[in-house]
Amino acid sequence: MCLGVPALVEQVGDGVATVDVTGARREVCTLLLGDGVAPGDWVLVHVGFAMALIDEDEAHRTLDLLAQAVGALDREGGGATRPERSDRPA
Amino acid sequence: MRHVDEHRDPAAARALAERLARAVAGRTGPLRVMEVCGGHTHTIYRHGLPDLVPDAVRFVHGPGCPVCVVPRGRLDDAVALAVDHGATLCTYGDVLRVPGSRGSLQEARAAGADVRVVYSPLDALRVAREEPGRQVVFLAIGFETTAPATAVTVQRAVAEGVANLSVLCLHVRVLPPLRALLGQGSGGDATPVDALVAPGHVATVLGSGAFEPLADELGIPVVVSGFEPLDVLASVAVAVEDALAGRARVTNQYRRVVTRDGNPVALALLDEVFEVRAEFEWRGLGTIPDSAYRLADAYRGLDAEHRFGIRTMPVPDHRACRCGDVLRGRLQPWECRVFGTACTPDRPLGSCMVSSEGACAAVYLHGRGGRRPAAAVPG
Repeated sequence: MCLGVPALVEQVGDGVATVDVTGARREVCTLLLGDGVAPGDWVLVHVGFAMALIDEDEAHRTLDLLAQAVGALDREGGGATRPERSDRPA
Repeated sequence: MRHVDEHRDPAAARALAERLARAVAGRTGPLRVMEVCGGHTHTIYRHGLPDLVPDAVRFVHGPGCPVCVVPRGRLDDAVALAVDHGATLCTYGDVLRVPGSRGSLQEARAAGADVRVVYSPLDALRVAREEPGRQVVFLAIGFETTAPATAVTVQRAVAEGVANLSVLCLHVRVLPPLRALLGQGSGGDATPVDALVAPGHVATVLGSGAFEPLADELGIPVVVSGFEPLDVLASVAVAVEDALAGRARVTNQYRRVVTRDGNPVALALLDEVFEVRAEFEWRGLGTIPDSAYRLADAYRGLDAEHRFGIRTMPVPDHRACRCGDVLRGRLQPWECRVFGTACTPDRPLGSCMVSSEGACAAVYLHGRGGRRPAAAVPG
């Protein structure tokens, strides 16, 4: 229910924006974001409303942390991701 | 798709699983992590996370699917509006198959009632504008994520003078049921959990800071999480590490979207358009104080309960249905006697089998339910 779909803002009008959602173009209401929406922004769309801006810098930071974790595991020659489960069929 | 695919990378998922395995190595008792939001429940089963995390980490599903927590009596109100009052009832698709005591809205529609699925509350406003001769009721459900969209719609209806629209407001708040379930509100009968994964999209409105008093009160870590599988895995890793270290703090994993203070425009709208109900009945959880919204006095004319004189009757759940225990995190879906037999997504007995975010439907559609021995389930 609380689904949010990332969408790229293409045009901004008065309280509405045209966005690209996985290739589909649609209008969303931008009133919840005040004046802070511009073409090229990524927003999260929920029930026809842009409900939040997606912060690109923070998105990169989250991914960098994950990449570091993968790198650390590779260096250790890791890969045995979890112990075998007793209840898993052979 | 940007902001989605990169958060589904299998190598990173393996690294996070490894981190979790190390965190719980040597531990015998289970670590119970409750995900509050139905979106998280869906992610957990759709992406097979229970098979990826160590056995010691147990997912406990919370009351965060707004479709699942609507009690039968409220569903009956909606059916009555469509059938007895002849109103055009607009609502989200998820709600249509939820069974009330007089059947579901879908069955009412099959019998001739005017029930329409809308994607946005603004669509219901458009229907009302285009068909001024009909009474149009928007059945509004959802947590604080969805309520601001209803608020905008209500204000717009007033501004445009669209008099034939009203709102059956069943919006609920996320913090009161958590206190009722896990904290002092439980009257000593709290569901035992060691950490919470908190709903990221509710937090876009409320802010991650809104969960800080809860972490203090419950003495457990809370991690505000995104909805992709790597988001949930990373959040569970932090939650487990914090729980093991005894850190009862709030961590914001979903920083690309969530701020500490939330969305000031949306919060102001909630304040302006709604008032908090003194109490509200939740399916399976009973009556919880301050847990839902109704339209504020200034907007009472648009309140469908007021306009149509609705008096909600409490209606008990089906005897065989144990949605209440599932919503309280006491029962895993496959432990219910009717799971997958009398109760399936096609013919649900209980609401947890209806929405794809309900724990039962998520397990039925994507899970490998039943592999874990029942004795291992908390509670």
